[in-house]
Amino acid sequence: MRDGIVALVSGVTFGAGLALAGMTNPAKVLGFLDVAGAWDPSLAFVMAAALGVFAVAYRFTRDEVETPSGVDARLVVGATLFGVGWGLAGFCPGPAIAALSTGSSGVVIFVVAMIAGMGLYRVFEKA
Amino acid sequence: MTEFTPWSSALGGLLIGIAAAVLWVGSRRIAGISGIVANTIFPGSAGEVGWRSAFVLGLPIGAAVVAGFGGPLEVSVEAGPLRLIVAGLLVGFGTRLGNGCTSGHGVCGLSRGSVRSLVATMTFMAAGAATVFVFRHLLGAFE
Repeated sequence: MRDGIVALVSGVTFGAGLALAGMTNPAKVLGFLDVAGAWDPSLAFVMAAALGVFAVAYRFTRDEVETPSGVDARLVVGATLFGVGWGLAGFCPGPAIAALSTGSSGVVIFVVAMIAGMGLYRVFEKA
Repeated sequence: MTEFTPWSSALGGLLIGIAAAVLWVGSRRIAGISGIVANTIFPGSAGEVGWRSAFVLGLPIGAAVVAGFGGPLEVSVEAGPLRLIVAGLLVGFGTRLGNGCTSGHGVCGLSRGSVRSLVATMTFMAAGAATVFVFRHLLGAFE
């Protein structure tokens, strides 16, 4: 119960942050990725502010999360596929889910495909 | 072309950082959204669907709250259905293979000083920029 409330508060705050930051608008994300065109550096500000806050909170707890270590091909190939998809539509997972609030059909199509991609990975993982 | 919005973007980033901090300090969990979404819909051996679904549900609620105060969210989707489907499949598969997205690697991982997350973030940023370059400037498909 407690974990559920913490997660809900975090999710609502995260969604509000994404919307306020402009990340729920794929045109703005593509503007950020378009370094050779009319570059919109706004999202660098999102990243810098979020990093600053979380870095302080993480160190404050003097605790550490257990994560895999070492760079491998999976990491690089996965990040590349993700990056290509991100650049094609301008959506990454968080903003896409948050933007479902608008009911936009484009967002729904993307999210359904994204979930299918996650399901495909499950199949691939077991194969 | 979009307008440069340093203030609202930094404020949004501040909220994102606070959200990730709430989850870490409150439950010792990392706000990696691709992993949370995937494990909500396809629960693995880790289980624990409850907190994950609460977090996922919170995202559109938060966005709706901002829209309630500031007017409807601008969501201009330039991509057509086919491109959205291909993009979604790549994002879904790629974030699982690479173990994270912009939130888990980009925000939380970089803050922790994780080398894996640094490599992942540089890789997906470069791949995203290269994709936009190809489609906008070489193929001219966006404009």
